[in-house]
Amino acid sequence: MCTGSITCSVWPCLLYDSSNNCTKHTIRIMVQITGGFDSPFNTPTLPNKEKILEFKPVPLEPSHGDDYMLALKQEIRGTMRRLPCYLKANAAKSGVEKYKDKYANELKKNQEEQWTPDWERLPKELMPRKNLPKKKSELKKKPPKLTSLEKDSVLSRLNELEKTDNVIADEEKEEKEKEEKKKATEGDEEEGEEIEGEELEDEELEEENDYINNYFEDGDDFGAGSDDNIDEATY
Amino acid sequence: MTAQEVRLCGLLLQEHFGEVVEKVGTQLIRSGALTLRAIVQETNMPLDLAKKSLCVLVQHGLCLFGSARRGPGGPVEYRVCVENVLHMLRYPRYIYTAKSLYGDTGELVVEEILQRGQMTMSCAVKTVADRLTHNMEDGCSMDYSEVISAFSNLVETHFLQRCPVAAEQGSAPPAATSTLETAPAPPAITRPPAPESNPDCYKLPHINLRGRGKRRRSSEDGEDKREAKRPKLENGEPVGDEGIYWQVNFQRFHLHFRDQAIISAVACKLDQTSSEIVRTMLRMSEVTTQPGAAHTQPLSANEIFRALPPSYSIGRPILDQYLTLLVDDPMEFVGKSGDSGGGMYVVNLHRALANLARATLESVVQERFGSRSARIFRLLLRKRHLEQKQVEDFAMIPAKEAKDMLYTLLSENLVQLQEIPKTPDHAPSRTFYLYTVSQLPTARMLLQRCYKTVSNLIERRLFETKENKRHLEKSQRIEAILASLQNTGAEATQLQEVEEMITAPERQQLEALRHHINKLDSSENQVDESIFLLESYVTSTGTSR
Repeated sequence: MCTGSITCSVWPCLLYDSSNNCTKHTIRIMVQITGGFDSPFNTPTLPNKEKILEFKPVPLEPSHGDDYMLALKQEIRGTMRRLPCYLKANAAKSGVEKYKDKYANELKKNQEEQWTPDWERLPKELMPRKNLPKKKSELKKKPPKLTSLEKDSVLSRLNELEKTDNVIADEEKEEKEKEEKKKATEGDEEEGEEIEGEELEDEELEEENDYINNYFEDGDDFGAGSDDNIDEATY
Repeated sequence: MTAQEVRLCGLLLQEHFGEVVEKVGTQLIRSGALTLRAIVQETNMPLDLAKKSLCVLVQHGLCLFGSARRGPGGPVEYRVCVENVLHMLRYPRYIYTAKSLYGDTGELVVEEILQRGQMTMSCAVKTVADRLTHNMEDGCSMDYSEVISAFSNLVETHFLQRCPVAAEQGSAPPAATSTLETAPAPPAITRPPAPESNPDCYKLPHINLRGRGKRRRSSEDGEDKREAKRPKLENGEPVGDEGIYWQVNFQRFHLHFRDQAIISAVACKLDQTSSEIVRTMLRMSEVTTQPGAAHTQPLSANEIFRALPPSYSIGRPILDQYLTLLVDDPMEFVGKSGDSGGGMYVVNLHRALANLARATLESVVQERFGSRSARIFRLLLRKRHLEQKQVEDFAMIPAKEAKDMLYTLLSENLVQLQEIPKTPDHAPSRTFYLYTVSQLPTARMLLQRCYKTVSNLIERRLFETKENKRHLEKSQRIEAILASLQNTGAEATQLQEVEEMITAPERQQLEALRHHINKLDSSENQVDESIFLLESYVTSTGTSR
């Protein structure tokens, strides 16, 4: 069964007779057959992209057991989605904090089960860290001054911890540092999000400066733009 | 891990645990063993999500952890157990088997334990009792003792087993109620503690659990659920089996499936009575045969005669005739190992698996390439090496067609070519070219094809669902509205109005979608049966060396 194609290409070539004299220019026709016989000695060819099935597949035999297993399979799929082991990625926080979030979260907590694994059967490093919320609130209370100052304070604190704490293992310490740095940057972003409380604070602080307040309008990302105090007036 | 296995594992993890766990799991499968930091680095995932995913994976027995270096203080490494991930495809079959053996109660026990990975006995009993009570009529409730008896049956027949105690936690192993490893050095992660090494593996704990299942009322939904999941808070007193977790013993289920396959093969090939005889022999050898054994322990014909079920009362000489028939059958399911006691008979397990795998291969060739190609394939399986001329003669197929079919099978890699040169220069005219089929590599190749098939089926199903997401959501919303209207007692006209919100063509489309998804799902289950046969065959050849 020849499934390939036959192409003809025409090449001019020179013919020499026995005494090596160029006798005539002849045209040699080369016929090339591509594809076709799948013999093990010819070069392999690209198979057809869409194979036409010669033989239709055998239909599934519906038996009682198969129906029941089908129903079980679909039920398992649905149930696993509702269990606490189905992890969803943290949804990106929108910039605005909505009023309904508080009640929606409470409703979710009541509906979903909270699952605490047995920590004796898991390695200690998988336990969630409990000191994170404290760090968060500490950073929030700080005024939105230059963030470089905050970063310096955090780094100096870390250096102190490094010197004093020799008992903690290397990995745990590094993880803590990573998390603290992460929390520091997150704390900066969250300051930007908390508009209402901090705006009042900002206004009180701003009165100490020479900048005129009514040059710019208070936008949503007022707090976030507080990186450089120099550029505040030039909107 | 082959690429197909990795792909299938990723899809299964995503279906059951979501994308986060899938990402972590796939990274672990690809890289072997990783520490927590390496996982966070390579997947760019927040630390808390990575930790939670690892907790989920370990809880369900899909991931093992251990110290990378010997002795405490080394970083903890995690490794995914690919076999157990692939077993997730077979969960409906395990649950259905439990139902057929131990009824609804057994079914629910196995289902709960499979869904949650590991559970204590008290927790499992309470959850199952609540679920059964929920389905019963008003006023009835399920007693805990019935559930406990079903649980005990499952443990006694070894379908459930205790989870092995986590040996390595970066500190000294905790002193549990059962000893696990007596060696002083903690075990490396590559050799996980086998549950069977625990002498108390199948021992039921003494628990003081009395009561009945609770019916869930819709107003107290959340509270009741939380109560069911935390027995300690409810009673205020320990139930007696803290720290003893139970998991499903997949190996035992697999032995059961293997026995079922052998019995049904005998029933198809011979008749019902022979299959009953083989079933009796297998039942008698359940406890005496090791999991990886090549044959069962020899049983005398007298023992078999006594153990036959009373409904099949056949005479002694007829039993002997049946046994002779079984021994003489070319499938070699039963073999005779001696003459004492009226004849000693064994069931050849590995040979039976090999024959079942061979039948699978032959049927695959037949369904894909036609019955004449299948004839050539069977010929080559039996005669091992044949020249092209010999193939044409033995198969009684004209030369041209035989050549064509052979080349098709060769291009599909089902048949291999063996060159035997006559002269040192390997000239084609002076070389024998022999066609051959080797069963084990072909079985492995088909097994990988099966994994690919299941992955394709799952992806197609996800695609179909995504395409029709809008329709599905709309129909779900309308069903919710209908349900709430019915609860508040609405009139028939209102209900009809709501139902008419879905137009007829939409309804048709939804019907077609449901039909497709059902078909894809049942195909997955069917392919899984082939996967089981081929996997058992490949594993059996690994042990019997």
